[in-house]
Amino acid sequence: MPVHVDRVELPGIGVRHDVVTHGGRRLSVISLRDGGREIAIADEDDPDRCLGYVDLTDEEASALAEVIGGSVIMTQLAGLREQVSSLFTDQIPVTLDSPFVDRPLGDTRARTLTRTSIVAIVRDSGVIASPTPDEVLRAGDSLVVVGTRQGIDALVQLMSGAG
Amino acid sequence: MDETTLVLVEIGALLLGMSILGRIAAMIRISPIPLYLVAGLAFGEGGVLPISAGHDFIEVGAEIGVLLLLVMLGLEYSANELLGGLKRSFLSGVMDMVINAAPGVALGCLLGWGPLGAMALAGITWISSSGVIARVLHELGRLGNRETPVILSILVIEDLAMAFYLPILTAVLLGMGLQAGIVTVVVALAAVLLILYLALRHGMFISRLLWAKEAESLLLGVLGLTLLVAGLASEVNVSAAVGAFLVGIAISGPLAEHAAELLMPLRDLFAAVFFVFFGLSTDPTDLLPMLLPAAGLAVVSMATKVLSGWLAARKAGIGPAGRWRTGLALTPRGEFSIVIAGLAAGAVAPQLTALATAYVLITIIAGPLLARIPDAEWFKRALRKRAAARAATG
Repeated sequence: MPVHVDRVELPGIGVRHDVVTHGGRRLSVISLRDGGREIAIADEDDPDRCLGYVDLTDEEASALAEVIGGSVIMTQLAGLREQVSSLFTDQIPVTLDSPFVDRPLGDTRARTLTRTSIVAIVRDSGVIASPTPDEVLRAGDSLVVVGTRQGIDALVQLMSGAG
Repeated sequence: MDETTLVLVEIGALLLGMSILGRIAAMIRISPIPLYLVAGLAFGEGGVLPISAGHDFIEVGAEIGVLLLLVMLGLEYSANELLGGLKRSFLSGVMDMVINAAPGVALGCLLGWGPLGAMALAGITWISSSGVIARVLHELGRLGNRETPVILSILVIEDLAMAFYLPILTAVLLGMGLQAGIVTVVVALAAVLLILYLALRHGMFISRLLWAKEAESLLLGVLGLTLLVAGLASEVNVSAAVGAFLVGIAISGPLAEHAAELLMPLRDLFAAVFFVFFGLSTDPTDLLPMLLPAAGLAVVSMATKVLSGWLAARKAGIGPAGRWRTGLALTPRGEFSIVIAGLAAGAVAPQLTALATAYVLITIIAGPLLARIPDAEWFKRALRKRAAARAATG
């Protein structure tokens, strides 16, 4: 079901975005003109009103977005695994001695060589979802991949330079 | 003491005193504006401690204070927000005007101040204080509420309407004949529309012209343009305040944010001086006889604000509790009412300043307190009971 996000102007103050959940609760994000951000949840008895507010700094907001975004990707992957039994997901680390450190993702030619898809890169506790081929890999990254068992094994070999 | 020394001592003592008042206001969580007005009363002619030498400074300072209040108000809104607000809630805005101007007109007729007095009082009771209300909404945690955009749209429309009301009032106050009067009003409105058009279409261009990396040049540029446009607007009888407001609207984007930051301390200083000056020019002996009319006007016009806010919220599909929150939040009147009274007092009646002082004092203190009522448990219980009763009968 598509989610409806409402955008409401607050003249002189900022913008409010509303998400009404499937359970009927309204979650609001208020972006203030001065750069501040607040999350608010609406009162169940009086849906026009908000129960409480949480102030978020830039860092906190992006951390929250990553936590939610990352966990959504993982549950979607898990769902995929259940649907297709021959499809596997795995996380492959990019080690220091990998030949692809500091090279763009496209250089691995992973899709062509191993028939696997790299759906995300986990970096410094953040997630780069659907990375483009020019995303430069770094030592310590972790690749979230989807493929057959053999494909994933081949990718592990490829990344370690043994492929 | 020679004149200059006396000015320094008087102004210094005045500002120090106002700082203490500001602290008291923050402590009891009210707007400092009423305290500044009272301080002005105390230092004015017939007050406890009349100021003599510093009067010129305060008078010019007050004039600049109005302009800074208005330019900051304009900076807060982008031209698009103004248009959006106008499109969304034009009808609510008209209703707000008709319902809330009525008590002012009625009192103007009752006091025998003629059509001029009625027109000035109509404006005084019509316009809510955006500054005070925005702060109340922040403090009561209402920014995420659904009725808040309704409140803000009404404030936007009222502020924008002032850009048309003030020039008309100024033209009428000048007491010109019908023909000359019409010419002035037309010139004034054309000027307002021209500036609004420039702000909407070429706001970016104006902003780029003014942009400077150095905070100092930027501050001087924005302040200079504000005073210049205000002066020119005043020359063609558009009212200096409106010129300043339009300059604020014309400046947009990052420049607006930056300029607002730079102008804030200046605004705080001169706006405070403006409120003190208004108190100064109020004759305390007028205050007592005006107290009863002011209180009556406050009670009636706060009730009409609750009504117009309630109706606007219902029109926007807000629930019963939210309708009350809208109406009660809109009750405080403030800076614009005082600006109008300051413009009109000379031509209408000297008691108008006393009336406006008392009126603004009452609404600005009572309004924010009234705005808290819908959050109280007893109020929610009463609403629930009513809803239950209605459900049972209907």
